[in-house]
Amino acid sequence: MKLTGAQALIKSLEEVGVEVIFGLPGGAILPVYDPILESHIRHILVRHEQGAGHAAEGYAYATGRPGVAMVTSGPGATNIVTPVADAYMDSVPMVVITGQVGTPVIGTDAFQEADVTGITMPITKHNYLLTDPEEIPEAVAEAFHIASTGRPGPVLIDLPKDVSQAETKWYWPDALDLPGYNPTTKGHSRQIKAAAKLILESKKPVIYAGGGVIKGRAADELRSFAELTGAPVVTTLMARGAIPDDHELCLGMPGMHGNYTAITAMQRSDLLITLGARFDDRVTGRVDGFAPEAKIIHADIDPAELSKIRRADVPIVGDLTNVISALSRAVQSEREKKPSPDLGPWWAQLREWQKKYPLAYEGPNGDGLKPQFVVEKLHEVTGGDAILVSGVGQHQMWASQFWRFNSPYSWINSGGLGTMGFAIPAAIGAKVGRPDETVWAIDGDGCFQMTGQELITASISRIPVKIAILNNAYLGMVRQWQELFYDERYSEVALGKDIPDYVGWAESMGCAAFRVDDVDDVIPTIEKAQAIDDQPVVVDFRTDWTEHVYPMIPAGASNDEVILSKAEDPDATEDHVPAEGDTR
Amino acid sequence: MSSLEIATQNETRILSVLVENKPRVLARVSGLFARRGFNIHSLAVAPTDDPERSRMTIVVAGDDATVEQMTKQLNKLINVIKITDLDPEVSVQRELMLVQVKADPSVRAQIIEIAGVFRAQVIDVGTETLIVECTGTPEKLHGLEDLLRPYGVVELVRTGRIAIARGTKAPKLKAVKNKPAAG
Repeated sequence: MKLTGAQALIKSLEEVGVEVIFGLPGGAILPVYDPILESHIRHILVRHEQGAGHAAEGYAYATGRPGVAMVTSGPGATNIVTPVADAYMDSVPMVVITGQVGTPVIGTDAFQEADVTGITMPITKHNYLLTDPEEIPEAVAEAFHIASTGRPGPVLIDLPKDVSQAETKWYWPDALDLPGYNPTTKGHSRQIKAAAKLILESKKPVIYAGGGVIKGRAADELRSFAELTGAPVVTTLMARGAIPDDHELCLGMPGMHGNYTAITAMQRSDLLITLGARFDDRVTGRVDGFAPEAKIIHADIDPAELSKIRRADVPIVGDLTNVISALSRAVQSEREKKPSPDLGPWWAQLREWQKKYPLAYEGPNGDGLKPQFVVEKLHEVTGGDAILVSGVGQHQMWASQFWRFNSPYSWINSGGLGTMGFAIPAAIGAKVGRPDETVWAIDGDGCFQMTGQELITASISRIPVKIAILNNAYLGMVRQWQELFYDERYSEVALGKDIPDYVGWAESMGCAAFRVDDVDDVIPTIEKAQAIDDQPVVVDFRTDWTEHVYPMIPAGASNDEVILSKAEDPDATEDHVPAEGDTR
Repeated sequence: MSSLEIATQNETRILSVLVENKPRVLARVSGLFARRGFNIHSLAVAPTDDPERSRMTIVVAGDDATVEQMTKQLNKLINVIKITDLDPEVSVQRELMLVQVKADPSVRAQIIEIAGVFRAQVIDVGTETLIVECTGTPEKLHGLEDLLRPYGVVELVRTGRIAIARGTKAPKLKAVKNKPAAG
């Protein structure tokens, strides 16, 4: 069977089971847009290529399958560089197809030419520049395999126009030829045993669960393992919901804006059982002051993460579903030989911290609605039965702190790269991937202004997402840093409360829209938004611009220096670091 | 500070990297070293006996932890098949050097004699200069260079090291074909 490169591409995407492409056409990718008309694959036309990339990410988060984005050469491709970098940092499986100028003019600075494989080399797991249509099926098969196995990540295929126009003979590879790619999936049995021994010697263990638990779909295994060992679990920003927040073993989020107990448990721990986490600076603070007495068990699918930041006493390479189950079995069999230490005193200490320093805020009203109150009410009204998406900044931290994450795979945010504007397109992708779920995005006003136009995509393509803007009229996180670290010298952070008119803007994009200034309107408005299921909804919550995200560990400080708000410390009259005596 | 001086601050290590012989593989490898802040002392690359494979010999500088990270990061590149950290004790290292040195008739014989001691070859004779070619360990090439320098080195070119394991320690290619198709 003869077909064009473009037809071979679409057929290959069908072959690997793609159901949706997020994209935006242009000159060099035009040939591929023609056979889309005959394909059963759904194409969602975004308004900016960045939206295509984040939507593909949102789809991947929600479904666990690679998201697919397709854009044209040059500016189309460079516009998707941010989502590709985002997916690389957060290990999101994604396949991006970019058009490229014809092979005869590559390297001549042709119209809409950019060296996209060169640009994306550092931010893709792998990429391809195809020069022959015969390579297309193999490249697609490899790209999906690479994106979705091992440590997931983005793979990019750059397809020159003449290659997609040329004819080729159809075939589908029955095996892949990737001699340099063979991820280790099973943990080494000797290492597993060594880890089990450490676990059974530990008096102050902490399970440090990272995004790998989510990406590895290992939440069930994590929960059984935690229950078996009785060890407390901290869930990083990327792992929220890996074990339910309401579970008695869950301490919540550690790190720069984590809660006091989660942070301090790690600091005082004698053993960090690290599962799919990577000792990110936002978790560790100053590395040489981080968890000084802890031994480290570090399990990850990516060997390069082991001992990258903190030396692992027991490194384990493997797929977390395998590794965690193997750890559970090893702990059980070790336990038959020798009893494990009593974790009672450790838990007594943890409970005391939890009681003394809970997450708290003064609310529900200040100079506007308290953003934390809005997040709590959103959770209350939805019953937590929603996929929650966020952008980046203060609203992201409040969402992570005050939403109760009780099911895994339902929290989507940009962690590693910290990409403002992530929420709306990612929410669209998530809703497309799991149409039966309610998808709420908590967004900041700054983020909303970056990618809000994708609500046009949502309206026209009938993707009824719900957006809660925590509108404090500032680039709030930057403002918070200027207040704390730049002597309240506010430089270029004010956005304006009434311009844009978010309700008018949202309505013009085909959304239902509401504005909430009054505390009493918060719940009824969320209820109204919940009831709308045939169009996107935007709620503009006018929040208190003076509110801070606390607790906070200043960048570069040790995790012993947690700043609490006065609401979080009953003995305090102002925001402060609790006395040393309290932390030991 | 010269790259040599940087290299001697830390131990130098030789990574023998078997890669797929495909476009842009060198860019992937060198880009990785650049963006992660790893030092390359020298890098030599050419196809192997199997035309689908190339061998890169990379001389790097760093402590154990750094070299471990380099190796792990290199291994993540899809086109990298196998990395061997070559132990100098059980491997043979060679480098090629070409030196154009000032050699008027009064010193020409002396230079030819020095070259002879190093088993170097004089491969071009001009009226005012000679070109000497020498193969050997980096130490030997340094030695020759030191002796030629007083005559006046016009230009000096070195290939960077290549290395191979002694005996049967040659890195083997693990067959990982026939994997299941994409899911």
